[in-house]
Parts: sequence; C-alpha cells; structure tokens
Amino acid sequence: MSQASSQSPWQKAWQSLVRNPLTVAAMVLLVALVLLCCVGPNFSPYGPNDQDLELRATSPSLAHWLGTDPLGRDLATRILHGGRISMLVGLLATAVASIIGVGYGLIAGLAGKRMDAVMMRVVDVLYAFPFITFVIILVVIFGREFWLIFIAIGAVEWLTMARVVRGQVLTLKGLEYVQAARACGAGFWHILGKHMLPNVMGPVIIYASLTVPGVMMLEATLSFLGLGIQPPDASWGVLISEGAASMAAYPWMLIGPSVFFSATLLALNLIGDALRDALDPKSVRE
Amino acid sequence: MGTFLAMVRFIFSRLLQGIAVILGVLCITFGLLKLAPGSPLQSERNIPEHIRVQRMAMSGLDQPLPVQLWRYIVSFATFDFPVSAKTPGRGVNEIIAQGFPVSAQVGLAALMIALALGIPMGALAALRPNSLEDRVSTVAATLGICTPSMVLGPILALVFGLKLRWFNASGWYDADDWVLPAMTLGIIYSAYIARLTRGGLRETLAQEFIRTARAKGASEAAIVFRHSFKLACLPVLNFLGPTAAGLMTGSIITESVFQLPGLGQHFVGAAVNRDYDLAMATAVFYAALIVGFNLIVDFLQALLNPRIGFKT
Repeated sequence: MSQASSQSPWQKAWQSLVRNPLTVAAMVLLVALVLLCCVGPNFSPYGPNDQDLELRATSPSLAHWLGTDPLGRDLATRILHGGRISMLVGLLATAVASIIGVGYGLIAGLAGKRMDAVMMRVVDVLYAFPFITFVIILVVIFGREFWLIFIAIGAVEWLTMARVVRGQVLTLKGLEYVQAARACGAGFWHILGKHMLPNVMGPVIIYASLTVPGVMMLEATLSFLGLGIQPPDASWGVLISEGAASMAAYPWMLIGPSVFFSATLLALNLIGDALRDALDPKSVRE
Repeated sequence: MGTFLAMVRFIFSRLLQGIAVILGVLCITFGLLKLAPGSPLQSERNIPEHIRVQRMAMSGLDQPLPVQLWRYIVSFATFDFPVSAKTPGRGVNEIIAQGFPVSAQVGLAALMIALALGIPMGALAALRPNSLEDRVSTVAATLGICTPSMVLGPILALVFGLKLRWFNASGWYDADDWVLPAMTLGIIYSAYIARLTRGGLRETLAQEFIRTARAKGASEAAIVFRHSFKLACLPVLNFLGPTAAGLMTGSIITESVFQLPGLGQHFVGAAVNRDYDLAMATAVFYAALIVGFNLIVDFLQALLNPRIGFKT
C-alpha cells in the first residue's frame, strides 16, 4: 500500500467505494434489507408463526402484502423474520471462518519455510474435499441445532481466507519494521499479534465480505434439504423450500423469499467486488 | 524425453496425493459416524438380545474400530461393499451404479452448458469493452452468480415443466429429463465462467506480444484464437476444480428439486436414515470423483501453461 498522499488507505478506499453509483446503490439496498429484517417484524401486526387457518393460502393483498401460506401465516412477516436468521447465520459462520482462516494463515506465514510448506499443502488438499458431505453428516448426527449449523459451515469455508492471509504475511514479514521488532527481541506471538494482525485486516475484510454470500448459500442449501433451521422457525432456505414445494398452486410463496434472498446475495456480491477493487492494490485494473 | 519423465512423475505424485485425499475422507467420515450417539441398529425397536448380537456380528459392528476401518478401506479398494443393513437385497455398489449415471449425465451436461454459454459471453464482453454487449453480459453474469440453484430450479420447473409442458417438472422417466436440472446448474456456472473468460481475455489482450502480433498485421481472428485464447482460458481452467465441487453441491439441490434418483439423493437419504455404509460409500465416491476431476484439470493446466509445467 502506498502512502504517498496524506490520506490513509482506508480513506482512499472509502472514497473509491462511494464514487461508484452501483456500489452506493448496493450499500443502500443492503442497509435497507438489514433494517427491514431487524425492525420489520416488530411493526407487523402478525407474528411469524401465528396461524390463521380460516385464511389458508391467500395471494398478496392489502392485509397480507406478500400473501399467506397454507397455514394462514403472514408471508411478509415470516420472510423478514427468516431474514434475521439467514443473516445471523451468515455473519456468525463468516466470523468462525475468518477466525480459523486468519489464525491458520498467520501461523503458516510466520512459522518458517518448512512449516509453511506443510500447512499450505494441507490447504491445497482440503480444497479437494467434498465438504458438503461432512457438513450434512455432522448436522444429521449431532442434531440440527442453530450453533452447530454456523460452526459447521464456518469450519469448511476458511481455506481461501487462510491463503490470502498467509500471502500477505509473507510480504509483510520481510519488511524492515518487522526485522527491527525482531532485533529488539520481540517474540513470535508478539510479532504475530502486534505487527501482522493489524496489517492483514484489509484483505481479511475483503474476503470476509465475499464469504458472507457463500455461507448464506450453504445455509440455504442445508435448510432447503431439511437439514438446517427447523420448522416452525424459518430461514430463507426453509421458506424457499416450502415455496418450491407448492409453487404450482401458490407461486407467491416461492417468489417472495427468492426475491429477498437473491437481492441480499446481489448486494453482498457487488459490495464485496467493489471492496476488492478499492482495497486490494493488486486487482486494480483499467 | 525429459518432459515425458516429468509428466509421468507429475501424474504419479498427483495420483498419490489423490489417494491420500480419498483415504482422509474415508477416515474422517468413519470417525464422524462412530462419534455419533447410538448404533445403526438402534432405531429398530424390540429386537431380542441374541438377534441383536447376531446382526452386529453379521455387519461386523462388534469388531474393534481399527478392524472396522480396515474393512472399509479394503471394500473401497476392491469396490466390493457389504450388503447394506437398511436396504436388504440391494448392495451399496448397486445403488451407486444406479445413481451415478443419473448424476454424471446431469453434471456433464451442466458443465457443457456452462462452457458453451459462458465462454462466448465472456469473450464477446472482453473484445468490445464498455459496449452494450459488455454491459449486458456483465449484468447477466452478476445476476447469475446471485441466483441460487434452489431458486432457479423451481422457476424452470414451473415455466417449462408445469406451464409450457415441454419437459417433466420432476422425475426421471423420459430421455430428456436431464435438460432442466442441467440448465439450472449450467446457467449458474456459465455466469462464473463468463466473468473469468472476460477477465482472462482482457488481461491477455493488453499484453505486449498481442501488440506485436497486431503490429505485424495479424487478423483479429488470428489474434483472438491463435495468440490469446490459450492463455485466456487458464483462469477458466483453474476454476474447473472448484466447479466440480460446486456442481456436486448443486446436484444435491437439483436432484432434490427435480426428484432425480441420483447420488445426491441417495447420500442425503442415507445420512438421514443413518445407513452408515451407504453414506460412507457415497461420500468417498464423491471424493474420488472430485480427485479424478482435479487430476485432469491439473494435467491440462500443466500442459497449456509453460510457466507452471509438470513441476512436482
């Protein structure tokens, strides 16, 4: 990162982010979706699991903006409430993946050539693992608990993060200030925590933001198969699965949650790409 | 001759590595299943004690764990699995042999669709930067990446299956039942491939040797096809490894959406029903498929890119 001007790299990154109208639009969309899911259910006259069996499945109306499902539950409320769960799993699983990946990458990068070679070979090999099978087996065996779902997802999505962090550490550790710290007698963990960790945060943020849509997709996959969030609670994966099952008769049950899920993925992907362009000096093109 | 030797060594070392991966998957899956509380025979209620002991002995569950693990390894190496306790009369290899062609047909067709859609789309965008084609293909690619297969699949089933009635909305009865699931996965992956092709081709076209080729008067077609395409394909080739894993995850979803009797359905069913033999067999079979695919990709990459070469 060049420090030629008086602006910090963070300020520059922010400026290049807000200069692109598409990125601003994506950020507005994401903030709107998050706010809607966080506070929306509180303003709804219906509860996410309240049934009104006289209604059955009704198409969107003024009383029920996105319609109701066959149990007479208000779909809009359920989608917003499910969004909380999907987003929470996305955040927590990304946090788990980032912690594992950053820790692994830091140690591999700093621990010396032989250790590094072994640890990175392990990552290479793990890329070829059919992780989805492990996640499914784990979730089936140890129960479909909320905490297990995000830990299992986080535990398989850390590989790219580890690679990125390790690459960053390799370039950082040859720099003079690290040698100076070492000459002053700084130990392995001190250098790792004080000098490496703060300086890898840029790439970590980029890849964390690119990990979120991936883990949300994985959660939806599990829930779609009936292995994730369990009814009556619903995540977007559960709602899409219910919608897919009854799409011929009640298409709004598929359309509602799909639009919300895809819009969130779209916003997250656009922001992630923009962050990468803004923060990663290597990927600057054109 | 030297390169040939290097090639043989390369393949050999990758094969060894692949076998290590498969063994790793086998051991981890075995460990997970043994950690599970309860035994596979537990769900059947009220079996007399002597019959339970007899059946444990029949399926080898009374042996110490290392012996059980070794038995699994041997049965995979010889592709000769014990008859599943849950599906009497139907061996595990039979179930795999029935499920695999379904998954393979859909997966290969999806890969072909992804390449056939993605490469031209990305190439068109790269050749005319900032044109209308470029914008349209970039928007389409971004939309494709954000569309999960569990959304696209039901929509295709609704439109082409239930409304237009061109195909069956679900099931595996007619010869063209692979089309909708393959389209679902193919369209989504074509978005990734279009993006990579665009990036790769633009980067290649900006290089010095392309300017040289232009300067000596090579035609546009020669520049694209003879000079840049090989190099531009490398990012796409690189992505094919993760694509194999992604198609697998996707195939579990599409097989569930379209009710196909493929491997994914069998795997999920086996895991849910605690049919350990079948779950392990499918997990390891998946691992073997991915390893095999990665081996081919690595080989092609070394062949196409002199900067990588057959280094072991």
